[in-house]
Amino acid sequence: MVVEFGRTVDPAISDRVLALDDALGADPPEGLRERVPTYRSLMLHYDPLVLDRAALVERVRTLAAGTTARAAATTLWTLPCCYAAPHGEDVAQVAERTGLSPDAVVATHAGATYRVYMYGFAPGFAYLGGLPEVLAVPRRASPRPPHPANAVVIGGGLAAVATVPMPTGWYVIGATPARLYAPERDPSFFVGAGDLIRFEPVDAATFDALSAREAAGEPVARRWESRA
Amino acid sequence: MTALVVEAAGPGITLQDGGRHGYLRYGITAAGPMDPLMHATANRAAGNPLDATAIEISTGGVTLSADGGAIGIALVVPGFRVALDGAALPGCVVLTLEPGRTLVVRAGDAGCWGYLAVCGRIAVAPVLGSNATHTRSGLGGLDGRGLAAGDRLPVDEGRSGDVSPHRLTAPWLDRDPRVIRVVLGPQDDYFAPDQIAAFLSGPWTVSPRGDRMACFLDGTPLTHAKGHDIVSDGVAMGAIQVPGNGLPIVLMADRQSTGGYPKVATVIGPDLGRLAQVRGGARIAFRQVTVDEAVAARRAERAVLREPVAREPVVRADFASDFLLGLNLVGGVTDGRA
Repeated sequence: MVVEFGRTVDPAISDRVLALDDALGADPPEGLRERVPTYRSLMLHYDPLVLDRAALVERVRTLAAGTTARAAATTLWTLPCCYAAPHGEDVAQVAERTGLSPDAVVATHAGATYRVYMYGFAPGFAYLGGLPEVLAVPRRASPRPPHPANAVVIGGGLAAVATVPMPTGWYVIGATPARLYAPERDPSFFVGAGDLIRFEPVDAATFDALSAREAAGEPVARRWESRA
Repeated sequence: MTALVVEAAGPGITLQDGGRHGYLRYGITAAGPMDPLMHATANRAAGNPLDATAIEISTGGVTLSADGGAIGIALVVPGFRVALDGAALPGCVVLTLEPGRTLVVRAGDAGCWGYLAVCGRIAVAPVLGSNATHTRSGLGGLDGRGLAAGDRLPVDEGRSGDVSPHRLTAPWLDRDPRVIRVVLGPQDDYFAPDQIAAFLSGPWTVSPRGDRMACFLDGTPLTHAKGHDIVSDGVAMGAIQVPGNGLPIVLMADRQSTGGYPKVATVIGPDLGRLAQVRGGARIAFRQVTVDEAVAARRAERAVLREPVAREPVVRADFASDFLLGLNLVGGVTDGRA
């Protein structure tokens, strides 16, 4: 079942999607298997032999009518990010396409606050809204060679953290030592849809030191709570 | 420890359980069997939980042996060719694989996927709670990849069962592959009524380039009423997306978790397996059903799996012509390995 709240990328629509997601997650009906929040809709996977469809529709209608904003506190994460070589492979290309200096590209990206709209496309691939307009370069016509894990990328007016190495049409402007996705760790994911993210520039030596700490099981992302 | 040993494996042979559930919201695809009903039937015949880890066998074929002890096996590969030490067996069979013997499964005249369940437990470490293999992200199964010659699959809690092969009878697997039931949506409003009618009347030809990710269809392209881009939303197994070229793509077990093309309809769960079994070049048509009809079909499917799978001893007189035909075919396979 797909609960559609709109057809565009819009923080207000995303709020309604996530409010319903929270409400169902707080007291999940038996038989509900998966909740997949996206920019504009909440997809629900359920076992129709355990959870009656009409009952689920009724529950969703009631919850959606009663909750238009998230009740929970907003979580903000600061992720260290190295924009320098060898991590920020495509900073120069973005500078060329935007007319900004490479330093201005970095300062602009690091100066913004991003919102996690959804995960999709690949394990732990987090789509982030909030990219400043001046960095809105279209995606590449054909993909570039694979990037390393935990690449910080921009393209098509969005930002993202790409956790799994792969060829991409996005521009790789940095890397974070924080592992948003680690299948062997509990929890495997710690950033949720609706959370906010800021990137904190670090140099390559600091990146290496933080990567070592992360690999030893000490998380390097910092968490902040604020009222919604 | 007793282990199932892979002597040879074609491409696309993977371990699959009932799927990796609960992480779709983080971009993790469930994976799991291409033909869930057939996978569950193999586990039922082996006496396992229906969603236990089994080997999914592609038309690439596989050759297996046992090491360290005998292993009870339920093999459900209708349409494939099966031989134990060169002697042909039915495509649906339980048997005991003793050390020193060789079980060969090869593509036959029908079907794309089959399942081998062990009577016991294939003991490999789960990833995110599941053994389902998703090769594109390297998750699950054996190191996130397909099985290859030399792999050993440890078998725990083994129950070797009947020594002689027994034929399994699972009439619910005799499914009409030509008609696939769908419910419309979630984006059927991106298509004018005449295009919905064209989609339903088809006919569509299954393209040979399908895999665990998607089933591609060839036919008269559909046209979109509101363009072919949508803001990405969630994608279910069986979702039929229509990209810019107008040719429908049915997204299968290894699909991405979200997608940006309008989805005209969704194949109902009980018909996913019958679609997965259609080979490239064959024609199919879609038939629209209501959600209530889809749920009734699911209920009926669940009911058949509550009963034990009937079995009878395999004796030569039962299938003399099959057996002779099988001998010839298997002879070819044996020559190929020599």
